[in-house]
Amino acid sequence: MSLMVELRASGPIPLDVAFEVGPGELVALVGHSGSGKTTILRTIAGLWRPDHGRVTVDDKTWLDTGTGQNLATHHRRVGVVFQNYALFPHMTAVQNVLAAMDRTDQAEAGRLLDLVQLGGLADRRPHQLSGGQQQRVALARALARRPQVLLLDEPFSAVDRATRENLQAGIMALRVHLNMPVLLVTHDMSEAQLLADRIVVIEKGRLVRQGATAAVMSDPVALRAMGLREVAALLPVVVTRAEDDGLTRLETATGPIFLPGIESPPGTRLRLRIMAHEVILSRARPMGLSAQNILPGLVTRVQPGDGPGVMVHVAIGPDELVARITRRALTDLALAPGDQVHAVLKAMSVARDQIAVAGPEGGKG
Amino acid sequence: MDWTALTLSLELAGWTILILLPVSVLAGRWLAYGRFRAKGLIEALVMLPLVLPPTVFGFYLLLAFGRNSPIGSFWNGLSGHQLVFSFEGLVMASVIFNLPFAIQPAQRGFEAIPVEVREAAACCGMRPWRALWKVDLPLAWPGLMTAMVLTFAHTLGEFGIVLMVGGSIPGETRTIAIAIYDRVQGFDMAGAGIMSAVLVAISFVAIAITYGLSSRIGRRLT
Repeated sequence: MSLMVELRASGPIPLDVAFEVGPGELVALVGHSGSGKTTILRTIAGLWRPDHGRVTVDDKTWLDTGTGQNLATHHRRVGVVFQNYALFPHMTAVQNVLAAMDRTDQAEAGRLLDLVQLGGLADRRPHQLSGGQQQRVALARALARRPQVLLLDEPFSAVDRATRENLQAGIMALRVHLNMPVLLVTHDMSEAQLLADRIVVIEKGRLVRQGATAAVMSDPVALRAMGLREVAALLPVVVTRAEDDGLTRLETATGPIFLPGIESPPGTRLRLRIMAHEVILSRARPMGLSAQNILPGLVTRVQPGDGPGVMVHVAIGPDELVARITRRALTDLALAPGDQVHAVLKAMSVARDQIAVAGPEGGKG
Repeated sequence: MDWTALTLSLELAGWTILILLPVSVLAGRWLAYGRFRAKGLIEALVMLPLVLPPTVFGFYLLLAFGRNSPIGSFWNGLSGHQLVFSFEGLVMASVIFNLPFAIQPAQRGFEAIPVEVREAAACCGMRPWRALWKVDLPLAWPGLMTAMVLTFAHTLGEFGIVLMVGGSIPGETRTIAIAIYDRVQGFDMAGAGIMSAVLVAISFVAIAITYGLSSRIGRRLT
């Protein structure tokens, strides 16, 4: 199952995009509000018809304005989690899930609710559920459709931070069950980086860049639309132990780092989103510095931008950090690919929402 | 108390509701969801019976249903008797003059359903008819119920149009409202008083139900 999208429209939002989402792949469609990303999602679901467009799933054409083909929404096997969930308010959680099935299957509905950890709340109406629980029902309902494509429209935007972390962990845990293309629409770069295999950046309806998450997130040109301060790398770590002073010791490929506010038990594999502008580089191992997290690495690539800044890619074992430093600093340090360098991180610079539990073994993030 | 007139009025109200229920569902849904240029014009046309003087409206219906009109002659050929001054003619007139009372509340009921909820129904694979049955109707029912209660109460009370189109034939077109008028004309104030009190009671209950329901429109949607 593979989703192919190709759209051109002149209004209400000018659109010009083409991308593909592979089976089991989670692609984040990122852009500011009004960039047209929701319109793209609505086109895939058949809720909006562009001037010119093609949407195919495998060999089946859902939309082709060239030949006039336009499959009605209810004939498309599409699962949608709406921004405000759009649950049927007069139905219980399990009835919502059943409503999306071709044939009533109570056992399957129960299994889906268990899958999203709502087993005990099957008979609650939406207004008796919290925002996070409603989102889980919406996800179970979308999966009950046995979708060939799963669409998530800003699914974490309407809940508080703690719930969001929970739900995102839930999605990561579900990934093994999702063998269809998954498209996540979001304006939150942190969310995109922590969840997606690939990222498609949309700016004013145009596709600016698409590629593997790590590549897009360290590319200053691609991220100009979202802001250079969003440039970041994902660093995989393993929790080793909680220290007495409230910090947690995490193991990276080239040494330990210490961060506050990690509640995961020892052995948990996490992914940290390390912002490029928070990383300091030093040729010698720095002494007498308040920052305690110093990781030795190798410069792999120096990527100049238009302005006074450059992106320096540093290999930390098999992983990579990105540091955004000034051109002047680069000259002073005389950094070039192959050089030994120390990356310095401030313990407080990794916010809670930049930490995610790593996906299943072999996750592509 | 003219029981024949009351029964006739109830029968008339029953037939009117029976015919207008599907009409209000289809037209109300169409006007609530549709985006088309003539929408304002159609809404205005639907509301017209509300503002026209009943005698004026009745006069035009009388012309439209008359023996020489297309509708009247068609009916004559079909049934063998004329449409005006008959119960069937009265039902037809009643359906038309109740259009605003039936369609407008129904439209409000459908409008209260968030568009994403309807889109979610389609994304769940529901065909339009199934979505209507499983999602739209359960959510719009307070509006539809209001429409039917208003139609019922209004049918019992309508006087001018009934008199113009139906006259006052006992057991055929003499509704309770006409019967009251006839009693007053015949100086039977006691009879008119009882029948009026019955109408007041029915109308009061109807309005109470309507208010109770209108506060429920949209309540389940939050």
